[in-house]
Amino acid sequence: MKRTGAQVIWECLVREGVDVVFGYPGGTILPAYDAMLDYPIHHVLVRHEQGGTHMADGYARASGRVGVMFATSGPGATNTVTGLATAMMDSSPVVCITGQVTSSLIGLDAFQETDITGVTLPVTKHNYLVTRPEDIARTIREAFFIARTGRPGPVLVDITKDAQQKDTDFDWDAAAPGLPGYRPDLHALPEEYERALALIRSAKRPVILAGRGVLQAGAMRAVQEFAEKTNTPVAMTLLGIGSLPASHPLNLGMMGMHGEAWVNHAIQQADLLLAFGMRFDDRVTGNVKTYAPHARKIHIEIDPSEVNKIVKVDVALIGDLCDVLQELSPRIKACDHAEWLAHINEIKGDSAVRDIQNLPDTGHLYAAHVINDLWRCTKGEALICTDVGQHQMWTAQYYKHDRPFNFITSGGLGTMGFGLPAAIGAKFARPDAEVWTISGDGGFQMTQAELATAAQEGIKVNVAIINNGYLGMVRQWQEFFYDKRYAATPMKSPDFVKIAEAHGLTGIRVTQRSEVADAIRTAQETEGTVVIDFRVEKEDAVYPMVPAGADLHNMIRRPLPQNVMVESGADAEWDISVK
Amino acid sequence: MAPHTFVAYVEDKPGVLNRVASLFRRRSFNIESLTVGHTDQPGVSRMTIVVDTDEFGARRVEANLYKLVNVLRVDDVTSQPTVERDLALIKVTARNGKRAEIMQLVDVYRARIVDVTNDSLVVEITGTEDKIESLVDILRPFGIIEMVRTGVVSMRRGAQAVSANPPLVAAMIPEAALN
Ligand SMILES: Cc1ncc(C[n+]2csc(CCOP(=O)(O)OP(=O)(O)O)c2C)c(N)n1
Ligand SMILES: [Mg+2]
Repeated sequence: MKRTGAQVIWECLVREGVDVVFGYPGGTILPAYDAMLDYPIHHVLVRHEQGGTHMADGYARASGRVGVMFATSGPGATNTVTGLATAMMDSSPVVCITGQVTSSLIGLDAFQETDITGVTLPVTKHNYLVTRPEDIARTIREAFFIARTGRPGPVLVDITKDAQQKDTDFDWDAAAPGLPGYRPDLHALPEEYERALALIRSAKRPVILAGRGVLQAGAMRAVQEFAEKTNTPVAMTLLGIGSLPASHPLNLGMMGMHGEAWVNHAIQQADLLLAFGMRFDDRVTGNVKTYAPHARKIHIEIDPSEVNKIVKVDVALIGDLCDVLQELSPRIKACDHAEWLAHINEIKGDSAVRDIQNLPDTGHLYAAHVINDLWRCTKGEALICTDVGQHQMWTAQYYKHDRPFNFITSGGLGTMGFGLPAAIGAKFARPDAEVWTISGDGGFQMTQAELATAAQEGIKVNVAIINNGYLGMVRQWQEFFYDKRYAATPMKSPDFVKIAEAHGLTGIRVTQRSEVADAIRTAQETEGTVVIDFRVEKEDAVYPMVPAGADLHNMIRRPLPQNVMVESGADAEWDISVK
Repeated sequence: MAPHTFVAYVEDKPGVLNRVASLFRRRSFNIESLTVGHTDQPGVSRMTIVVDTDEFGARRVEANLYKLVNVLRVDDVTSQPTVERDLALIKVTARNGKRAEIMQLVDVYRARIVDVTNDSLVVEITGTEDKIESLVDILRPFGIIEMVRTGVVSMRRGAQAVSANPPLVAAMIPEAALN
């Protein structure tokens, strides 16, 4: 059938099952916007293309479906870059469609011309420039296919204005992806399985490292079964949270820079690491030279380029985690590892006294209180997004998820401003979910304009601002490593209650611990988006902390009341006194 | 660290060379030489890439190249019997009766003179990098006016077209891509 290029875009999106897109119009994408009105897809007008791209990302992470963002050429397109880089680092399937100047003007510095395929080359899984209407259908089909298969990631499709305007024959079936060089479907060799099995059978102190790949592969059940059968404890990366219920006895909790002490110790003492869909980020390993020195390592990964990138492994099993575990599990005998688990429990004991119950109840409000109360009031079932900073780490530590896909955070890029738009995107993906973003006072202001998007759309996400008057995580580094010289971290913020009210939304301020639960309940019961400004202790720090580049077992621990304690290994290079 | 030679078959589409070059820059792999040309198959180009790296680095180069959607196939031919050739054109000063002397040297290297003027010669030489470098050294005292080299191209010896799949990337390569 005859269609304009612009119509072909929507014909394809409808067939890809897209029901909502996020975007912001402009000159070169106008033909697509005009055609949009005739198709059954809801468009969310965002307030900034960065926010829109995070929404598409949040939508994707909450649902596993591809999130779609539209932007115009030039400034519209460049505004998506941070969102694309965020999605790229966390392997999130996003398709971003941008308008481009008319093909005859390309390369002539036309008004609002930017070489966006050049700009986004390193921050997309793949990208396209389309100059002919007859290429649009195939390109969009390929973009969706690439975005969601293999190791997912963002794909940008840049379409010239004339390609949108011209007519073409639209034939969906004839436009099937033709990607001879794209191989999302990799698999390991039989001898690799044999070597992995031998290592698993002989291990005495194994630990599973569960990353986002577990969620991406939908392998939660398979991982749980493997862990239970072999009684192997499971440590989570930040993005792996939710891959095993927090209440599961084999779930150790989060590893890495702000992981719990016993988790990092378990990794350092392990004799076998089973890395499931994770990539040994430096925030997870600390000093690579001293990382898990006693452990053999098995890496199960869909992306071969991750193998031996940071940590050299003994065996790599390339492929879909479900497939690999299906191959492995039946060939392993059940074992109990009782001694190992008992040992971990022992190291755990010491840490229990440092948890939030022991934060001094001086009437002051601590972020940990807020997050703990939020966890209780939402029965641990809310879909929680975060921004980036101290509040993000406290959320990872204190909000315990028993369900997968309920924790959305920018891990790899650490993008401030991610929380609110991601929450809006997630709400569109799962309208029935109770969605919260826990944001810092700093990061919230980076994309707070998206409150207007939530208000215009009439959707409900709740915003908990952990307001400490500082760029807290940076302040913490200054406290520990820069002699408390607080350069450019104290931050004066607007009245967030009034900001909410200015958008026609509800704002609540909380300064006492006793008010926290009530405020949360009010937010839950109020129609529309609610912003709660939690005025928390200003100079609290996230513990434990492995300083950047330090050994993983060498953590700065939460000071006990009247008793400052820094845990250090025998070969500690760090000597940090925390007052 | 040692030079590793990769042969990559890529889709002949706009921007593919940029994707490959950008990958090497982004991942801090040091390209010593990169050549591209058509193959006998329409739509498929062939690159010979020489990278200075270690064994782990070589595996990463390969895996990262495979991640590019437009890359069809990658072979690390470093440790395989190959024919490697580089081509150079060297313009040398040939004044004061030096011409005969130069022509003699060129003969020894089985190179050719492809242009002659009153006071210069253009020498064409094909061979391994070593051989070319050695001729360049010999010609330098005469005065090199200009030089151009193509970079290394490489091909496996024998009837076999390409090596077996590297174990890490045990993917099925669609028959359509290469036959
Ligand atoms: C876009 C961006 N700019 C800068 C940073 C560096 N950074 C990391 S955490 C942080 C402080 C965040 O402050 P806030 O949002 O108030 O959260 P808090 O740490 O106080 O909880 C900064 C500036 C970043 N991650 N992202
Ligand atoms: Mg703050």
